[in-house]
Amino acid sequence: MSALNKFVAIALPALLLAGCELGTKEQEQVGYRGTAMVQINDPDSKAVVGEVPAPPYELTAEMLAGQKSKEAYENVQVLGDVSVDEFNYLMQAMTTWIAPDGSDIPNAGCAYCHNIENMASDEKYTKVVARKMLQMTRTINANWTPHFGNQENAGVTCWTCHRGNPVPKNVWSTAVPDPARLTGNKRGGNTPAPSVAYASLNYDPFTDYLAGKENIRVGGKAFPTSHVASIQSTEKTYGLMMHMSQGLGVNCTFCHNSNNFAKWDDSRPQRVNAWYGIRMVRDVNNNYISALGDVWPANRRGPHGDPLKVNCATCHQGVNKPLGGVKMLKDYPALKGAAPVAAPAPVVAETPAAAETAAAETAKPAA
Amino acid sequence: MAYQNIFTQVQLRGELEAGVPLGPHNDERFGPFGTSWLMGKLGGAQIGPVYLGKLGIASLLAGFIAIEIMGLNMLASVNWDPVQFVRQLFWLSLEPPPAKYGFTFNVPLNEGGWWIAAGGFLTASILLWWARTYVRAKELGMGTHVAWAFASAIWLYLVLGFIRPMMMGSWAEAVPFGIFPHLDWTAAFSIRYGNLFYNPFHALSIAFLYGSTLLFAMHGATILAVGRYGGEREIEQITDRGTASERAALFWRWTMGWNATMESIHRWAWWFAVLTTLTGGIGILLTGTVVDNWYLWAVQHGFALEYPATGVVDPSTLPGAPQ
Repeated sequence: MSALNKFVAIALPALLLAGCELGTKEQEQVGYRGTAMVQINDPDSKAVVGEVPAPPYELTAEMLAGQKSKEAYENVQVLGDVSVDEFNYLMQAMTTWIAPDGSDIPNAGCAYCHNIENMASDEKYTKVVARKMLQMTRTINANWTPHFGNQENAGVTCWTCHRGNPVPKNVWSTAVPDPARLTGNKRGGNTPAPSVAYASLNYDPFTDYLAGKENIRVGGKAFPTSHVASIQSTEKTYGLMMHMSQGLGVNCTFCHNSNNFAKWDDSRPQRVNAWYGIRMVRDVNNNYISALGDVWPANRRGPHGDPLKVNCATCHQGVNKPLGGVKMLKDYPALKGAAPVAAPAPVVAETPAAAETAAAETAKPAA
Repeated sequence: MAYQNIFTQVQLRGELEAGVPLGPHNDERFGPFGTSWLMGKLGGAQIGPVYLGKLGIASLLAGFIAIEIMGLNMLASVNWDPVQFVRQLFWLSLEPPPAKYGFTFNVPLNEGGWWIAAGGFLTASILLWWARTYVRAKELGMGTHVAWAFASAIWLYLVLGFIRPMMMGSWAEAVPFGIFPHLDWTAAFSIRYGNLFYNPFHALSIAFLYGSTLLFAMHGATILAVGRYGGEREIEQITDRGTASERAALFWRWTMGWNATMESIHRWAWWFAVLTTLTGGIGILLTGTVVDNWYLWAVQHGFALEYPATGVVDPSTLPGAPQ
C-alpha cells in the first residue's frame, strides 16, 4: 500500500468522525416501545444544573407575622403586605440573585437599584424594572401553575433566570429586518444561527411566536381544507422547536411522538407544560418586559430597539427542569403572589396529571 | 491477488482511439486528449473525444447561467464577502417567491424572481442535456434507455419545482436552492403534510431506491466475482458451459433458488432506478394537492399503527384556555 493510500485510509475516517461525541450515552425510554421515544444524552456535554444559593437566614413564623413593610417604608407598591423582616430577607436575596456584593457589576449590592440616600426613590430605572419583575414573578407563580404541572411550591424566583447577573444570560430581541435589496438580505435565516441550533431555519422565530401570537400549529386535516400553512411558516415553527429542544436539553420525542408531531393523544404530558410555557412567555414578554417601554435604557435593548426578552432558555438554560427541579419558591413565600382579579386564571388541565401515570406505564421496556 | 479487483487493475495504453466516424450533420468532437492514471483506476484511462455539439453547448451555457444566478444571489446575501461566502456556503440560499405572489411570473427579482429565473435556466439546461442523451444514443444506433431513465429523474425535479407549485398555486411550495435550506425544506415538507412516511408512493420510492442499491450490490459483486473468468464479457458467454456467466447464474440459483439472466439483471436495475423517481414524483405531487396530512390519511385507510393513547388533551380545547 502506498503512503498516499495509508494516509487516506487513516485521515478520511478520522475526518468523518471528527464531529462525533465519544463515550457511552445515557438513554431513557419515555414512550411506547418502537416509537423511538427515547432521550439520549452524552453525559459529558449535558448542561450543568445550576447551584441554588441558600436563603439569607431562616424565616421564622414570628418574622412573617411582624409589622407590614408598607407601614414601615415608603413607596412599597408590590410587597406592602409582607412583613418588614420578610421584605428585608427578600431584598437581601434579590441582591444575591441579581447584583451580588463583591461582583464586578457596577454599583453591585443595594445600590444597583436603590439610591442609598433615599431607598424609597424610583430614580434608578433598575428599581422600576425590579418592581415590574416582582409583579411578573408573582403572576407566573400564581397564574401559570399549569406550566409547572400544578405542583406545590413549583415556580420561579429571580434566581431562576438571573443566576447572579443583572441581565439573564439567555435573552433575545427582534432581529434587524433584512434590507429590501439583495445585498445583505438573508431572508431571516440561511445563517448558522445559535438561536435555532445552527440550522439554516429562520433565526428569529421568537418575535412572531413568543411576543406575537402567530399560530405555531401547521398540521392540517387528512384532506386539503382552507387551513393553509406554508412551508416557510412550517420552517419558522421548526426553528422555534429547535430552540425549545436546545433550551431544555431534550430532543423532539421528549414531548412528541414523531409519527405525527401534531397529534395530542400520542404526545407526552410535557407537551402540555410547553404549551402553557409558550403562553406564559408571551405574557411575560408583552405584559411585563415590553410594557416597561421607555424605562429600558439603550444598553438593555436589542439592535432593533426592543427590550431584551425571555424565551425557554432564559429559565431552563439547557436543563429540562430549571435548577434540577429544586423548589426554591418554598423559601420565598412573598414571591408566590395571589392571582390578580383582573387577569383570568388559566384553566388547570386535569387530564395531563392523570396521563403522567399512563406515560410512566408505557415507558416500561418491552417485555 | 487476482481476485482483488475492487479497483480497475488493467489500464490499456496505446494509440489514442478517436472512435467511429460521424456523418456530416454532426458537430466536431474534441480530443482525444490523452490518458489519465487516476481515471484509469475508475474506468477507461483515455480522456476524450468529447462530443459537445450545439445541444451540449446550449445546455452548459444555460446551466452556467443558472448556477451563476444562484451563486451571485448567495454572494450578495453575505454582502459580497468571499470569505463569508465560503464559510456560510452550506447555509446560503436562493429562495422561491413568498406565498403572497401565488403562482405568477410577475415577481420582483429581489423577492424570488431570481429563483424563477435560475429555475428556468436550470430546467432548460437539464432538458437540453436530456435531448443530447437522446440524440447521441440514436447517433450510435443505441436504444434510448438512458434518456428515458434520465426523464424519470427530470419528472421528480419538475414536480418539486414546477408542477406541484403550479397545482398548489404558490411558488412558495417549491424547493429553495441551497444545501442546508433544501434539506430543511424536506424536513418541513414532511412535517407540514403529516409525515411523508405514510405516503404510499413515498414508500414505493424508498423501496425502489433501497432495492436499487441492493441490486447494484448484487450485480456488481457477482460480475467482479467472476471477473477471473472474464465475467465482464457478459453476453458472449451466455450460451457456453463453465463460463463466468454460468457460474454467476448458478451461484444465485444455488443461494436463492432462482437467477436473473445476464440481460434481465439490467432490466431489473433499470426499472428499479426509473421507478424510484417516478413513484417519488407521484407521491410529492399528491401531497397538499390531494392529501393534506398523510398520517391522518393512513389512519383513515387503516394502515397507521395506533399506539395506546397517553391521555394528553390539547390544552387549547379546554374551556377558558389562554390564547
